[in-house]
Amino acid sequence: MKIKTSRGVESHLTAGSSAPKAPRNLDPAMHQFERAREYTHALNATKLERMFAQPFICQLGNGHVDGVYSFAKDPNHLSRFASGSGDGVVKCWNLGSREEVWQTTAAENIVKSIAFTKDQKLLTASSDSTIKLFDPYNTPSQAPPIHSWLGSHPYTSLSVHRDGRSFAAATDCISIHNLDQYSAAPEVIRWPTSGNTINSVAFNQSETSVLASCSSDRNIILYDLRTSSPLARTTLKFGLNKIVFNPMEPMNFVVASEDHNLYIILALSNQLIWGMRSVQRALNIYKGHVAAIMDVDWSPDGRGMISGSYDRTLRLWNRDEGVSRDIYHTKRMQRVFSVGWSPDANYILSGSDDGNVRLWRANASKRQGVKSARHRQALEHNDTLIERFGHMPEIRRIRRHRHIPKVVKKAGEIKQEELKAIKRRDENERKHTKKQFEKRQSERDKVVLVREK
Amino acid sequence: METDNGARVVDQARTSLVPKHEREKRRREKEAQRDYGRGKRVNTKNIKDKKLRRNLQALESKYKAATLKAKDAEILLEGTSGYLEPETELERTYKVRQDEIQDSVSIATAQKRFDLTLNELGPYVFDYSRNGRDLLLGGRKGHIASMDWRQGKLNCEFQVNEIVRDVRWLHTNQYMAVAQKKNVYIYDGSGVELHCLNQHREVSHLEFLPYHFLLVTLGASGHLKYQDVSTGQLVTEIATKLGPPASLAQNPYNGVSFTGHNNGQIQLWSPSCSSSNGPLVKLLAHKGPVRSMSIDRGMFACSLINNNQCLLKQRDDIWYLPVKTPASSVAISDRGVTAVGWGTHTTMWQNLFTKHAAEQTKVQSPYLTWGGEGRRVERVKWCPLEDVLGIGHDEGFSSIIVPGAGEPNMDVMEVNPFETVKERQNTEVRSLLNKLQPEMIALDPSFIGNLDLRSEEQRQTERDLDAKPVDVATEIRKKARGKNSTLRRYLRKQRAKNVIDEKRLKVDEIWKEQQLQKREQQQKDKEADMGPALARFAKRD
Repeated sequence: MKIKTSRGVESHLTAGSSAPKAPRNLDPAMHQFERAREYTHALNATKLERMFAQPFICQLGNGHVDGVYSFAKDPNHLSRFASGSGDGVVKCWNLGSREEVWQTTAAENIVKSIAFTKDQKLLTASSDSTIKLFDPYNTPSQAPPIHSWLGSHPYTSLSVHRDGRSFAAATDCISIHNLDQYSAAPEVIRWPTSGNTINSVAFNQSETSVLASCSSDRNIILYDLRTSSPLARTTLKFGLNKIVFNPMEPMNFVVASEDHNLYIILALSNQLIWGMRSVQRALNIYKGHVAAIMDVDWSPDGRGMISGSYDRTLRLWNRDEGVSRDIYHTKRMQRVFSVGWSPDANYILSGSDDGNVRLWRANASKRQGVKSARHRQALEHNDTLIERFGHMPEIRRIRRHRHIPKVVKKAGEIKQEELKAIKRRDENERKHTKKQFEKRQSERDKVVLVREK
Repeated sequence: METDNGARVVDQARTSLVPKHEREKRRREKEAQRDYGRGKRVNTKNIKDKKLRRNLQALESKYKAATLKAKDAEILLEGTSGYLEPETELERTYKVRQDEIQDSVSIATAQKRFDLTLNELGPYVFDYSRNGRDLLLGGRKGHIASMDWRQGKLNCEFQVNEIVRDVRWLHTNQYMAVAQKKNVYIYDGSGVELHCLNQHREVSHLEFLPYHFLLVTLGASGHLKYQDVSTGQLVTEIATKLGPPASLAQNPYNGVSFTGHNNGQIQLWSPSCSSSNGPLVKLLAHKGPVRSMSIDRGMFACSLINNNQCLLKQRDDIWYLPVKTPASSVAISDRGVTAVGWGTHTTMWQNLFTKHAAEQTKVQSPYLTWGGEGRRVERVKWCPLEDVLGIGHDEGFSSIIVPGAGEPNMDVMEVNPFETVKERQNTEVRSLLNKLQPEMIALDPSFIGNLDLRSEEQRQTERDLDAKPVDVATEIRKKARGKNSTLRRYLRKQRAKNVIDEKRLKVDEIWKEQQLQKREQQQKDKEADMGPALARFAKRD
């Protein structure tokens, strides 16, 4: 008779060593209640995520004396950042030390827009009709500008060309200035019949001669520098505050919109993403704010957005989802006029009416400190499980729950009510008029009023 | 299947030429899916939504890669299963005695066979801890002892001076539950009484669900109680309504409790059941009392004991194992060896169910036998991760070696027999954090996370089990309330529809009834016209 027994658990002790081996056996029968355990783990991970959610980090230095109305990121530097204030002061910040490194008084009144050039100089445009060029890296604070351009109208917005040799400045028209020859006369482009203030202008960084602008008369205009003429104009329903191209999908841009009629109630504060070549319909509509959106910025990977609004909150968005993934607010933060996503994608900056420049985490529960491999692995495991069980009611509820200021919450409720009333009215009208024979228009199509070429 | 000329029709005939390596690859994938797959694959080809299709394809390929990797990782498994193999045709494995086995195995293994002679306070019930390191003995006359059985080290020993019906380790070797005369007591590892659970009266059977931290008790009154040992809450109390119970077991695969009763019934319970709604499953196994049950971890077999036979069931196959006196205890090991304790004997059967075989073959003779020396078997139980069977009897406890019974490869992430104090504490905290809720116990444990695809209407009706069945006739009459003509119009319209269902049949019935009434009314009118003398000549139509 052949007799053999398995060696039992002693086989896992190494001879001459007291440290046992750590064998694994992946047989599913050894791992009972797999689903239930994973779900419980996911639920715990969700709770932990909310427990660790602390979005606000600090404010930069002592902030500004007046409200912060403009931001600029240095495209060649991770930690350098500039902000412009309502009293004409421009400050440069170091994100690493969170301190001010340079400052100057660039204008008598509001600095409406600032931008870094490719050679790390700083352009400021102000409502006293001047554009100034500073060198914040090589000159001391309060140094005089390298050059200044005097225009006839208050400037509202700036954008630097991809090659760094020219920039566009917006008033009621777009003027293209040359950075090689400061004294050269600017090239002016405008839509023939449009005379309203342009709120924002942006160069496309991929199709480098294309330029887009949005204005408070509800128009989005695309221009081509090669022919020095506007390409097309699209009119929406509301005035527009900001236009930004997606850094990774440069054919798309986002527009921050506001409602002119009634601020809180009908503030359809949507941002619309448009295809550049055929501006026919919105690709997506992002709803959530309860007042006009003042500024918007893309995350460097082009998959997220941050928006700052007149309702004193910031909202973070995923490109593919119509509702915000997070909302940031503090008790003391006033109307938000400028937002920026740091180039390393981990932080968010906001400038508001109260003069503070605030630094936030892009992911409220994530910490940037050095982690051990085990810790990192555990966090990744948690993330995967949360994604896998994210549809479960309990997990979804905990993940979505946010504390919102009472005013904002109430305003949201009122807005919902109003929208419902409008919808109901439309439906009633539809029922009893010829409209019932028309096809219903999708929300995304509805946004465009007129297209002109 | 055969055709007229006797030729056999091949299912899935291989008509295209597949190269050998391709066939190998497919076979490997199939095996990996069988052993490590989690349910059916999703067919992504029929999905129209592009985004969804892409996501699901990515997921499916991830799952496939995972199964293949798990299959590949099998070469890392160090342990091999033991065996008893006859070398000649005349040898029989069941003739092999324990001392023969002991002589031909290594010294370390041979030491696992021992007898504890405790012939004064027996018979003994016992329990192995989850990692198989500790043994808890309970003598019927009040003797409790716990020991590290491999090292032969006694951890604690005490006398409770009353009857002990059952003993059970809780999640670690720091806590043990003992069902005594009146109450269930919880002692710590050194025998200090921690709790007296006085809501559990005259308990005869104990079970513990380690992932849910639930202590299941079944008492003489037939009440099944679930106690959460982490919070101390009594989760549920269910009356089985079948008198004193005969046995209790849990299915380790889904945590469902099986209660066996004296009338031959087996009932399956979860904490979400109640006495009014009844058990999840109720089955009449046979005529005699169900003395003991054991459920295999892969939900393959459960064994029940009748007076003179032991019944084994796997899906649809039911086999009876011959035993000469009523069997007292039964246990199925990790590798599917079934031990049956009956009278003074214990018989072990192997390969009663082969996992992946298309057809099960009947096993004719037992694998091993033990006993016949006048020690009446009270309980048999397999030691986890070892080729060892523990037998509690009226003269103490015996540990015997059964080659090929235990799982040779353990997973330290589940249970660790060599854990240090620190590791044990960490594991305890982690398992408490990941404690499963009692509601998660169901017949199909993988229901969690699935989408509820039933319609809202259907869900509503299923939720409201007490609702009275709707009477179609009253429903119709309610709908067409008012004048008679309303009902008639409603019926006429309903009859114009071409769907024949229960409602339609009812409508027809009411319609006919109405027609009849109408005709009678007309007849009556006619008779009234003709006057009382001539009424009988009124023409009937």
